[in-house]
Amino acid sequence: MAVDTLLERITDYANRPDPYPLYAELREAGVARQRDGRYLVGTYHDIAALLHDPRISADPRSRGQSEEQRQPPFLRLDDPEHHRLRTLAMRPFGPPHSPDRIDGMRGEIARIAEELIEALQDREQVDVVDDFAYPLPVTVICRLLGVPREDEPLFREWSDAIVSSADVRPQEEESTERETAGEQARAQMGRYLLDLAEQRRGHPADDMLSAFVNEPDPAMRLTREELAQTAVLLLIAGHETTVNLITNGVLTLLRHPDQLDRLRREPGLLPNAVEELLRYEPPVHMRERIPLADVDVAGTTIPKGTPLVLALASGNRDPRRFHDPEQFDPTRPDNQHLGFGSGIHLCYGAPLARIEAQIALGALIPRIGTAQLLQDPPPYRRNAMLRGPRHLSIEL
Amino acid sequence: MAGDLWEGRIVIVGASLAGLRAAETLREEGFTGSLTVVGDEPYPPYDRPPLSKQVLLGQAAADATGLPMRRDPDAQWRLGVRATGLDPPGKRVLLADGESLPYDRVLIATGTRARPWPNEREAALDGVFTLRTRDDAAGLAERLAAGPRRVLVIGGGFTGSEIASACRERGIEVTVAERGPAPLVGALGGTLSKLAVGLHRAHGVDLRCGVTVTALRGNGQFTGADLSDGSRVDADVCVVAMGAVRNTEWLVDCGLAAGPRGVACDAGCRAFNMYGIVTDDVFVAGDVARFPHPLFGYQMLSLEHWGNAVAQAQVAAHNMVNPGPRRRPHLAVPTFWSSQFGLNIKSVGVPVFSDQVVIAQGSLDERRLAMVYGYQGRVTAAVTVDMAKSLEYYQSLIETAAPFPPGPGAADGRPLLTEFTLPSDVPDPKELSHGPTVALTGYLPDRRLTVVRPTG
Repeated sequence: MAVDTLLERITDYANRPDPYPLYAELREAGVARQRDGRYLVGTYHDIAALLHDPRISADPRSRGQSEEQRQPPFLRLDDPEHHRLRTLAMRPFGPPHSPDRIDGMRGEIARIAEELIEALQDREQVDVVDDFAYPLPVTVICRLLGVPREDEPLFREWSDAIVSSADVRPQEEESTERETAGEQARAQMGRYLLDLAEQRRGHPADDMLSAFVNEPDPAMRLTREELAQTAVLLLIAGHETTVNLITNGVLTLLRHPDQLDRLRREPGLLPNAVEELLRYEPPVHMRERIPLADVDVAGTTIPKGTPLVLALASGNRDPRRFHDPEQFDPTRPDNQHLGFGSGIHLCYGAPLARIEAQIALGALIPRIGTAQLLQDPPPYRRNAMLRGPRHLSIEL
Repeated sequence: MAGDLWEGRIVIVGASLAGLRAAETLREEGFTGSLTVVGDEPYPPYDRPPLSKQVLLGQAAADATGLPMRRDPDAQWRLGVRATGLDPPGKRVLLADGESLPYDRVLIATGTRARPWPNEREAALDGVFTLRTRDDAAGLAERLAAGPRRVLVIGGGFTGSEIASACRERGIEVTVAERGPAPLVGALGGTLSKLAVGLHRAHGVDLRCGVTVTALRGNGQFTGADLSDGSRVDADVCVVAMGAVRNTEWLVDCGLAAGPRGVACDAGCRAFNMYGIVTDDVFVAGDVARFPHPLFGYQMLSLEHWGNAVAQAQVAAHNMVNPGPRRRPHLAVPTFWSSQFGLNIKSVGVPVFSDQVVIAQGSLDERRLAMVYGYQGRVTAAVTVDMAKSLEYYQSLIETAAPFPPGPGAADGRPLLTEFTLPSDVPDPKELSHGPTVALTGYLPDRRLTVVRPTG
């Protein structure tokens, strides 16, 4: 198989505004071996099969490189350790132990959204990212975890470093500097969150850090290290992705005024519209996996230990799975997209992200009926994996 | 010729899941003729899986289980009237009210009913139930809500186990009597049935295996039962969960290949007549069908599965309105699920079509695992317990007839214990209180035997 430069082109910042033609090229190529030895997979059915294949590892240590690495958070662990930690992390967050936690936040999320919108009342020009799409999920995740909202400038810096170090990029470019900065930020954020959790030991408030640190059943407790890793993961994943989902939503609706108009008239379509956004402009474009055995993907044998980059956003536009995939259709039926991944690592925070996006867009839609995009395409964040606009200036 | 198929008269006998999905598909495919759906229950199509779960737990009312219609099938619904006969030469469905419905093509989707307790007088005792219909579930749920002292469940199949699970979740004492060695053994084989035993016991079920119930006691009101080991169970409610009987009696003597094992049909859902010749105007779908599957040695399969009813009904409906070359085979790999005792059990393939099993992921101790079934060196089924995300992978192994045991490399750090394959221990269904939910009704290719019995 010919060596390919698709991954380099996809991750090239110049292509951030519209990587979709490259994804179409990738689906044509089937499985594409990249210059750095990794394989790029972009068809829906191949990605879905790999995400359900128990021989595929999410753990970066499965590459078998010798350097000793710390245990990653459960996002990048395999079963049974992944299952244990995810189950423990789920206890204060969702069913079966906390079935009403997220649903019970609807009123609060709506209030936060209204407050943010009210602050925009007299403004003619708004940055959707800084004025709305970023502060909303940050405030929500802070409330949920038990992190002081005013510490945002502190953890934003750590978060930027961690997210940057975790980006998918061609391996030649991989810099140990970025990795080191990411590791340092991870450790600092972990210590910060552990301190917050410790303050709640014996004084539980209605937040997740309190629940973790006051768990009565010793078998259900996270160790200090596990608590730090998990809390860091939840804080970062809790806002870095949702900001993209909301911003991509506003951008997509302003690019499709007919659909915006329709959603204003039929707000009942919103949950379906959010699913379509997750397909059409997903917040997470790629995930990396490592096969633990030689695996066959679309007729190509991928040797054990060779990293695979799964282009979820490409699978979401695969015409062999979705009818008319380049159309943004908020009424699309049978929309089993890869926006939250699939398989055992299916997004932990998906129920929260769904509710946040539905409420955020629902509150914003009546106000942006006549809004204009001031810059299209907008400037994007550097990150290729967590792809979304850095700013989205609109005129109300 | 082809145009004719989109017109004319189609009668669907059976107004449950398969009947409804077939009716919808006929209209989706463009059928414009007259469509009649006959059902012996007075209700529009409803969903049965919740009847042994949410309804018994009091989380949903039995009458809230109506199936959503994906489109209006524009059909004439003849509900509350039983079909009593089929006249293939005259092309008529005979109804209990004396009417007959002429057809150009007919779909048989009459499903199954609960196998009744064989002693009619005992079965009529107040407090003795079967569980198949909405009315059954409503009646049983009401009794459970009243807080009986003990419930006796006869049969440890999926239905019996789910009933026992619901009882325990509601804090009701329950005894399960199973003639075979363990619950679920008929559907899942020996190894997982041991897990089922542990589950029942851990949840406080009084599980009695290797016994039969010899008599139900009571004077008008059920009070208890005698078991074959000489013991007696005192209980206020008895649920007979001894498997299903296929509703084929109305087809007796009509010349079709219909019998206790179902109505035999080809992979295109066309019924066979008694000579094994395929008909072209009588189609079959759902629990009542018996059809050959190439992945399982062309064995005739009978599946009591929700997913099969949907898939087979869609294929049958497609083939009823399409000419020969455009017809499709029903090749879906069987799948089913059960939730009981807090666990989610899912199956793909045909576990009873097996001679060996191997635990591919997880373990019995964790009660979280994937078990792979093989027959003569190839993968034929997989069952997951709280590990459903891997099921698609195992389905691909079944579809490609991958070698058994499967290769190593599961990411859970436990390399496949391929050296520890075990016999699958699927017993003869005759030895069980509960029937399997997948029945192989043909023969296994290596068991084509003739037994010569000595005379005299």
